[in-house]
Amino acid sequence: MSTPAATRKHYLNADFSLKSWLLTTDHKRIALLYLFSVLVFFSLGAVFAAIMRLNLLTPQGDLVQAETYNKLFTMHGLIMIFFFLIPSIPAVLGNFLIPIMIGARDVAFPRLNLASWYIFVLGGLFTISAALSGGVDTGWTFYTPFSSIYSTSHVALTVAGIFVVGFSSILTGLNFMVTIHTMRAPGMTWFRMPLFIWSMYATSLIFILGTPVLAISLVLIGVERLLHLGIFDPRLGGDPLLFQHLFWFYSHPAVYVMILPGMGVVSEIIPCFARKKIFGYHFIAFSSLAIAVIGFLVWGHHMFVSGQSVYAGMAFSALSFLVAVPSAIKVFNWTATLYGGAVSFDTPMLYAFGFIGLFTIGGLTGLFLATLGMDIHVHDTYFVIAHFHYIMVGSAVMGFLGGLHYWWPKITGKMYPEAWGRVAALIGFIGFNLTFFPQFILGYLGMPRRYHMYPPEFQTLNVLSTAGASILGVGYLLPLLYLLWSLRYAPAAGANPWGATGLEWQTPSPPPTENFEQVPVVGEEPYTYPTMEAEVV
Amino acid sequence: MSESAIALAHQFEDLEQQHRAGWLGMWIFLATEVMFFGGMFAGYALYRTLYPAAFAEGSRQLEIAWGATNTLVLICSSLTMAMAVHQAEVGRRGRLIGYLVGTMALGVMFLGIKGIEYAHKFEHHLVPGSGFEFPAPFARNAQIFFSFYFAMTGMHALHMLVGLGLLTALLIRAWQNEFTPGHHAAVEITGLYWHFVDIVWIFLFPLLYLIERHR
Amino acid sequence: MWRDLPLFPPQASTFAVREDALFFYLVAVTVVFVALIFGLILYFAIRYRRRTPEQRARHVPEPMGLEIAWSVIPFGFMVVMFVWGAWLFFYAYNPPAGGIEIAVVAKQWMWKVQHPEGRREINQLHIPVGVPVKLTMTSEDVIHSFFVPAFRIKRDVLPGRYTSIWFDATQIGSYHLFCAQYCGTQHAGMTGEVVVMSQPDYERWLQGGGADTTAPAAAGEALFRGLGCASCHAADRPGQAPSLAGVFGRPVQLSGGKTVTADEAYVRESILTPQAKLVAGYGPIMPTFKGLLTEEQLLDLIAYIKSLQPPAGPQAKP
Repeated sequence: MSTPAATRKHYLNADFSLKSWLLTTDHKRIALLYLFSVLVFFSLGAVFAAIMRLNLLTPQGDLVQAETYNKLFTMHGLIMIFFFLIPSIPAVLGNFLIPIMIGARDVAFPRLNLASWYIFVLGGLFTISAALSGGVDTGWTFYTPFSSIYSTSHVALTVAGIFVVGFSSILTGLNFMVTIHTMRAPGMTWFRMPLFIWSMYATSLIFILGTPVLAISLVLIGVERLLHLGIFDPRLGGDPLLFQHLFWFYSHPAVYVMILPGMGVVSEIIPCFARKKIFGYHFIAFSSLAIAVIGFLVWGHHMFVSGQSVYAGMAFSALSFLVAVPSAIKVFNWTATLYGGAVSFDTPMLYAFGFIGLFTIGGLTGLFLATLGMDIHVHDTYFVIAHFHYIMVGSAVMGFLGGLHYWWPKITGKMYPEAWGRVAALIGFIGFNLTFFPQFILGYLGMPRRYHMYPPEFQTLNVLSTAGASILGVGYLLPLLYLLWSLRYAPAAGANPWGATGLEWQTPSPPPTENFEQVPVVGEEPYTYPTMEAEVV
Repeated sequence: MSESAIALAHQFEDLEQQHRAGWLGMWIFLATEVMFFGGMFAGYALYRTLYPAAFAEGSRQLEIAWGATNTLVLICSSLTMAMAVHQAEVGRRGRLIGYLVGTMALGVMFLGIKGIEYAHKFEHHLVPGSGFEFPAPFARNAQIFFSFYFAMTGMHALHMLVGLGLLTALLIRAWQNEFTPGHHAAVEITGLYWHFVDIVWIFLFPLLYLIERHR
Repeated sequence: MWRDLPLFPPQASTFAVREDALFFYLVAVTVVFVALIFGLILYFAIRYRRRTPEQRARHVPEPMGLEIAWSVIPFGFMVVMFVWGAWLFFYAYNPPAGGIEIAVVAKQWMWKVQHPEGRREINQLHIPVGVPVKLTMTSEDVIHSFFVPAFRIKRDVLPGRYTSIWFDATQIGSYHLFCAQYCGTQHAGMTGEVVVMSQPDYERWLQGGGADTTAPAAAGEALFRGLGCASCHAADRPGQAPSLAGVFGRPVQLSGGKTVTADEAYVRESILTPQAKLVAGYGPIMPTFKGLLTEEQLLDLIAYIKSLQPPAGPQAKP
């Protein structure tokens, strides 16, 4: 701990060659490989979003042609979902932290871990080449028969890319589950694990059980397109609705993949910056599992107006309300943790607050969509877009940024500039709400999704939304700049700058390649911060 | 202490942990395979319910003799695989290699027979696509049957190929005397995979070949 | 003043009134819980802020009752949402008897509307106020969705199937019609208007229309004879093909023993894939008309068959 990072050997300076990075099996380096890749994809997806919002400044929407716009929203969705949101926290923070948090030297299958990254990159290359050769215009949901028969864009190449990247998720999930089951340090029972690990476990469950169904749905579209088999073509006896069932069977649980890790991050940040044990540890742990399991049973709520049976609709609606309960439990437990705490407002905590607030709004508006009669009106409108962006951007991205800031000193050995961190978090929060709140109103007014042009009376709200987007962009650009700056110019961070509990803070910053000098032995519950009462005694 | 030919990977504390991780990893992988094939089974179930007559007619075109032979071949290959695992447990390298070769031979035989069946389908214009021909009134929906036939048996065959690759790797390692009675996890785990691929076929055979055969 | 910044859509149907009531309940619950969480977080964060670097937290008990309370109470609100929403859903998809039935065929990228009296429209739907209107819809190509925000109704329109929706307009005026399921390049252009008129105005409008206003039932009859349907489905030759007089809406016994109702979907399927549901006592000799008929022609034939009265007298037999 007193050895300066410059002379001490750790995972970053163990070897500087390119080969040592590209052939690494060190989970920490693999996490950084993923960090670099997901940021590239995020930028691409963000550029597409920017062009879309600029196009929507005017009702005629003639900044780009209709077909171009359709390709932009498709690619924006595909890239953000499959190449940013799904991998972000699991592949970056999960990879880095899971072994360290449970006291292991690495994940169970390190070479498989590296292979997962290469598979991710391969899938990304397929998709980018589809984009470069003209793009795809089916929407990220690939509904048939448009995607399987009518679209003239590069559907097969794109579904191949998504098919490939799915294996990256499956293998990562497999690796995490085996690691968590078999490699916990002595004394680390299941209920002594940090809540981040619980949420990563639940996420991995979804990875392994849901992603294969997506794989087969994509294979079927590809096959239908190339061989005209008729699986989804009503003229050949097929059923277009079958595709929707297969697709949403994965894609609904996928959204829980995109939020559970962020919830895990929040569960780590709040106890640290309230300096208090998390309220309701067991409830939060079990809610993660409940969300993962129940999340597999609600896919039909995307199909209430699709021609699905009314009785199926009722079952899916009821289950969708059920899955909201564990999320509500988490929000209340996080809030209760603050009671009687010693709360500080460092950047990670600001992001955590932002997460909770925006997740509350996003989650409650989800109830509008779960309500059968209500969904009839708002389905496929900007109301849905606002809802899912509140969860995926307002919560998931904030969770990612919060986690990145919280563990930045551990990962890099440097402390980011705190003032800039707080400013960026605030700008992001304001920009986000300005971008997406007007979209709730637009949705109820009736503005449909995936429209490049719209009736003139919707213009003011669209302009407000675009203005917000530019502010949100600043909120994202700032961290990119000052985090990079910190790598070179910031002061070194110690092993535990936040004074937090958890095994990751018991090892130097940055950690040595084998994570720990000696295998740690765990003797206490997580989040045991000393209390005032203990002081008196 | 006898030298173990299997190295302890650096991330594990001991061989027992390594073995446990390998087992769990394979079981979880098989769970993903169940979900993968499950999607196709779900689609099959839907269309069979919608078009029972067309599916029965399509099924009648499949060569039940070859299919049944293949079923027998795969069951035998699971037997030889189980025997291989046993030989690894008791440390008989020669018989282990023999049984591995036997399993592979049966696997290749399975694929060969599948190849013959596919060739026949091609000759009789039963491959979905522009060349598909089938007597009316079932033409349209029989094509869906054959789509599932090729998709499901094709995926299965692909998994068999991967299995053969895994067995080849095992064969090489066995030849190099890597397995001992205490440490032969790779053989057991590959056996698990092979049995799974066999079980998938046990489901595929009746669902595809035996529709309404009692009539 | 609000013309350029509308914040709420016009409320122009009986369903819209009910929908908005549920909406306001949902908004109220959302506002309450958002205010509660935001308020608590703000309050706790400030009240329990760290005043000195060494400050510690208090020990706080974690009563199980609290966990149960904040699980059960929100769930209670949700049960109301579920029940109210389900009830409203049934209302939305169960058209009342009587009223006007209009056929809609969607295609990339337009809405084709056929009134039973004969008038056709493209991208417009004229209807009378205060009368339930039921739409039977199908698509010629991809999935579309018929969406009228002012009525708060929406339903996907599928190829190869009929879906239906109904509404009872309460306000005269002109309202947006949108396609709400992405359907290709001009998805955003597949819009139109629903024009709600007073009943006398509507009657007058129906009389207009120029040359091509053959009522669908009449067009269907012409097709029925022209395609040779009449030669088998003749009332006086029951052995060859079932008589269609009065068959629509009645139960039909199939050759497998099952009974189905002869609705639009059944008639369409019988024309396109006759062997799919064979009527008991008849052989599979009807040829298929797949590829020979457009969706509009199918709807015309259905309209004709709907119009056939059951034969009078005791020998009437389906």
